[in-house]
Amino acid sequence: MATIGPNELYFLMQGLKWTLALTIIGFIGGGVFGLAVALARTSEAPFARRFTAGYIAIFQGTPLLMQLFVVYYGVALMGFNVDAWVAVAVAFTLHASAFLGEIWRGGIQAVPKGQTEAANALGLHYVSRMKDVVLPQALRISLPATIGFLVQLIKGTSLAAIVGFVELSRAGQIVSNQTFRPLTVFAIVGIIYFLICWPLSLWGASMERRLQTASR
Amino acid sequence: MSYNLDFSVVVDRLPELLVACLATIGLAIAGMALATVIGVLGVLARRSRFKLLRGLVIGFVEAIRNTPFLVQIFFIFFALPQIGVRLNPTATAIIALALNGGAYAIEIIRGGVDSIPKGQVEAGKALGLHPAQIFRHIILKPALRAVYPSLTSQFIMLTLTTSVCTSIAAYELTSVAQKIEADTFRSFEVYFSITLLYLIISSLMMGVFALISRVSFSYPVK
Repeated sequence: MATIGPNELYFLMQGLKWTLALTIIGFIGGGVFGLAVALARTSEAPFARRFTAGYIAIFQGTPLLMQLFVVYYGVALMGFNVDAWVAVAVAFTLHASAFLGEIWRGGIQAVPKGQTEAANALGLHYVSRMKDVVLPQALRISLPATIGFLVQLIKGTSLAAIVGFVELSRAGQIVSNQTFRPLTVFAIVGIIYFLICWPLSLWGASMERRLQTASR
Repeated sequence: MSYNLDFSVVVDRLPELLVACLATIGLAIAGMALATVIGVLGVLARRSRFKLLRGLVIGFVEAIRNTPFLVQIFFIFFALPQIGVRLNPTATAIIALALNGGAYAIEIIRGGVDSIPKGQVEAGKALGLHPAQIFRHIILKPALRAVYPSLTSQFIMLTLTTSVCTSIAAYELTSVAQKIEADTFRSFEVYFSITLLYLIISSLMMGVFALISRVSFSYPVK
């Protein structure tokens, strides 16, 4: 049995780098598209509402792993010759946009109607009504759920391992195959995920409590 | 280079895929049932007088909720043989799903239990009910009713998570799909069709959950 030395740990850290990169790309890309989804979902156009409702239902009703597979092979099929990480990042962006869109839709609808009416009465047009009145309040309300989804996304990036992409989990599998110490390796990998996700979970939970006391 | 989509490989092996769908549903139902048991027992342990037991449950819930299912299933897959338990991948997958779903169920059911007004429990005591009767009729039942929507949507997520069990070669829809893909090289067609099958499975489950809610939670209370 080989031991787990600095080299193995370094390899895991290289994987961790990709886990974080995928998470950040997915979260930012998903945030931008998610905002569009949320706005379309709450818009006055029935077509936009129905279309985004379907979009969200598809992503919430299928496994993330399948979304990865379909986008991964679909991108190649459409004739784009891109790196594996681009395909995977696109998949996570689409996934995140559906979930964040649904979370923020809830936030937008939780803002009291009087706020929109007041903004209308003041003569604000759509952009400024959304940007200055509704969205700041909506995002505040949905911040705990957004952080919850970020944790979900960090954990979700582990599925890129099944597509063969070397992030933290795949790096763990490789090191485990080399050293024949699966328990130690997966314990280390698990602890790394935990150290990233736990503070975020605690932050989200404390924010949720604070919002609850504020609204009481 | 142009690529022609060919879904005939999927149509040819549809019977195989439908049986695999049943396996996926079976895994999901077994996971949900055990997760509910773990959820209720965990909430009981979380309310116990023993600090150590409470701490263990909190630690378990946090550990599961803050690590990926993939890492959990690998850990369990390699850990069980070390303590002398040899199980086939499917049984291992059920254990992993039960533990994962159980941690979320503890957290959800606890939320429901916390929402029961104290006066209800006091009323139960005043009526001379046994603590077990109080827990069952006054705390657990209304709590489960209150958290039914969030518990079932967590169970839908658990159903979708079963696809990750392919990583330890458990028999379910995704692993069968991977086999067909390896035979035919029709990756996109296979995974696209499987995605639709998952969509059907999760929609069916949502329908069944809504039906259960209508039948058993409709007023007047049965």
